Amino acid sequence: MAKKKAEGYLSGREARRIAKENRRITNAFEKKRKRKNVPESEYLTQMANPDNAVEFDNLHTYFYTDAGVVKSVDGVSFEVPIGKTVGVVGESGCGKSVTSLSLMQLLQRPQGQVVEGEIRLNMGDKAYDMTKMPNEQMQKIRGNYVSMIFQEPMTSLNPVFRIGEQVDEVIALHHGEGKTKEDIKARTIELLEMVGIANSQGVYRMYPHELSGGMRQRVCIAMALACSPKVIIADEPTTALDVTIQAQVLDLLRNLKDKINSSIMFITHDLGVIAEMADYVVVMYAGRVVEKGTVHEIFSNPAHPYTIGLMASKPVVGKQVDKLYSIPGKVPNPIDMPNYCYFKDRCEMCVKGCEGEYPTQVQLSDTHFVSCYRYYDKKNQGGEV
Amino acid sequence: MASKKVRTQGDFTPVEYDPQYILQVNHLKKYFPIKGGMVGKTVGHVKAVDGVTFNLKRGTTMGLVGESGCGKTTTGRTILRLAGEKTDGQVLFNGQEIYDMNPKEMRALRTKMQIIFQDPFSSLSPRLPVGEIIGEAVREHKLVSKAEYNDYIDKVMDNCGLQPFHKARYPHEFSGGQRQRICIARALALNPEFVVCDEPVSALDVSIQAQIINLLKDLQDQYNLTYLFISHDLSVVEHISDSVGVMYLGNLVEYGDTVDIFRNPLHPYTKALFSAIPVPDPNAKMNRIVLEGSIPSPANPPSGCKFHTRCPYATERCKVEAPCQREVEPGHYVVCHLFDK
Repeated sequence: MAKKKAEGYLSGREARRIAKENRRITNAFEKKRKRKNVPESEYLTQMANPDNAVEFDNLHTYFYTDAGVVKSVDGVSFEVPIGKTVGVVGESGCGKSVTSLSLMQLLQRPQGQVVEGEIRLNMGDKAYDMTKMPNEQMQKIRGNYVSMIFQEPMTSLNPVFRIGEQVDEVIALHHGEGKTKEDIKARTIELLEMVGIANSQGVYRMYPHELSGGMRQRVCIAMALACSPKVIIADEPTTALDVTIQAQVLDLLRNLKDKINSSIMFITHDLGVIAEMADYVVVMYAGRVVEKGTVHEIFSNPAHPYTIGLMASKPVVGKQVDKLYSIPGKVPNPIDMPNYCYFKDRCEMCVKGCEGEYPTQVQLSDTHFVSCYRYYDKKNQGGEV
Repeated sequence: MASKKVRTQGDFTPVEYDPQYILQVNHLKKYFPIKGGMVGKTVGHVKAVDGVTFNLKRGTTMGLVGESGCGKTTTGRTILRLAGEKTDGQVLFNGQEIYDMNPKEMRALRTKMQIIFQDPFSSLSPRLPVGEIIGEAVREHKLVSKAEYNDYIDKVMDNCGLQPFHKARYPHEFSGGQRQRICIARALALNPEFVVCDEPVSALDVSIQAQIINLLKDLQDQYNLTYLFISHDLSVVEHISDSVGVMYLGNLVEYGDTVDIFRNPLHPYTKALFSAIPVPDPNAKMNRIVLEGSIPSPANPPSGCKFHTRCPYATERCKVEAPCQREVEPGHYVVCHLFDK
């Protein structure tokens, strides 16, 4: 029993205290969010660079659980430029999806809260801070400006409604003013054809279970693109699909992105898919960005030991190795993060400085940033040390 | 009781036992009946496995790849006699037809052939401690004496990278990679000769994947195991396998050494499948063959060659006549009319 206590055992009294404290914090957040008639000035902000569609700036998203505060996203900053694709890679639980859900304000509330930082969304002539957006305003943003394609096409469609009704609903809700039912249906059919569904009239009347995985994902893409959003978040859109279908869906996404001139934030753990789709790559580990840069920089010159390990551990067709590299150890407990570099315990390239606190970002080139002590002496201009 | 058997006039020549092979599969077929109507009459069959032929050498790994729904998993289960009766064909394990065995013989054989399932989250009983999960079958088959039992389980767990104190814990206390280790330990505790690995790494993260693949390879070297490695991740299959079979809609369309198959894919489907693998190199040139449409229903497969509906080289002949397996190079078999002499 003594052992168990050492490993994060919580007494009932302690758990109740944490739960009560959490409720106090989250209630304050919720109260702020639920206000009516919030003046626009409160969430109006300025883009750091007008060429960016979205800017994540020092984002902190915490989950207030009964076992303690989970810092899912802990100081994430990166940009999504207009018309480009940004790939976000990392293991499960590293905060990839939570970052995107923070942008959509779809976090599991009230436990999940953005506690610090800004997410700036470029609306053309102005910019909004998504983290301060009240609920009623969010409705107009979701779907119209930012939309999301989810991982599992099997579960993200409603099984009891026909495909047509589900896509119609999106259009009616966002662009429905002054349109008749026939207009909406025509638009739906047009969308279904755009995503490469040949039998669009037939599919309009089908239920999700009548379609294959690839077709369902096409329907989800059609729904996401219904209002020509400026930013599309694709959260592992091809993970559940076969390689041949994956190739079709990736082709489709690439073509559609150019057609409606939007940006894609592409979340995946498949490095092959990233290399193919992305212009910029963000590598996340334990809630932080460890490395970011253009796709060429990351793949030809990976700097962070985690990125290097990740690349070495994936078998590549055509390259024979005797034994795969595997990163030793495991991800630190998210409730009790160490105060030094999160990757230090698994890192095989540690240097002297690694004893210190979490490393700040070092700039290696115009676009290439890495958070690692190994690059401190090489380039000292990046970040305040 | 017994479901009506569909005999397809047994149009295969039975194979003889060849001692270099641990497993010989010959024209194996497995159809599932579709029940319909008021009285539950059989109205058709899903041809999940429709004539699969391959041989597996002792101590090697064969990869089985293909899209979902092509019958990879059913093939694995039929070989282990886990999917009821076969419809047709032969499965020789060490020269013995496993479907002719009586329950007692079958029970003894079960220790020799094991399976590792895809999903480590649902294939472990949540109510049993890990030691019991691993040891249950060992006790049942009386593989070791009572006195040695505890040491034996500790040894098996140690081989699979688990600590002895994990024995008293329950599956929910473990991460995905650890659970997959438990599944592997459970299969290996019985000292099998042959293990079917049904997508053992597809539910895991890349870095954990590497650990499990390395573990499987180490154990193979240590115990001279034979694996049938089912996966849809072609890069993993290339890494671990000595030979590869490519399945499409219940048929093995191409089969041969890993090197041959990956360097020189012959069947149009294999070519398309391989060209669809994303390469983690942004400078790589893509000559992608994108297949139109999706896999047809196995309940109503196309006539002739099953791939002709999506094949870029399909001719009139493909629509009528089903091709048969041909050895194009030594040890490299392909099922396609394009390679008829």
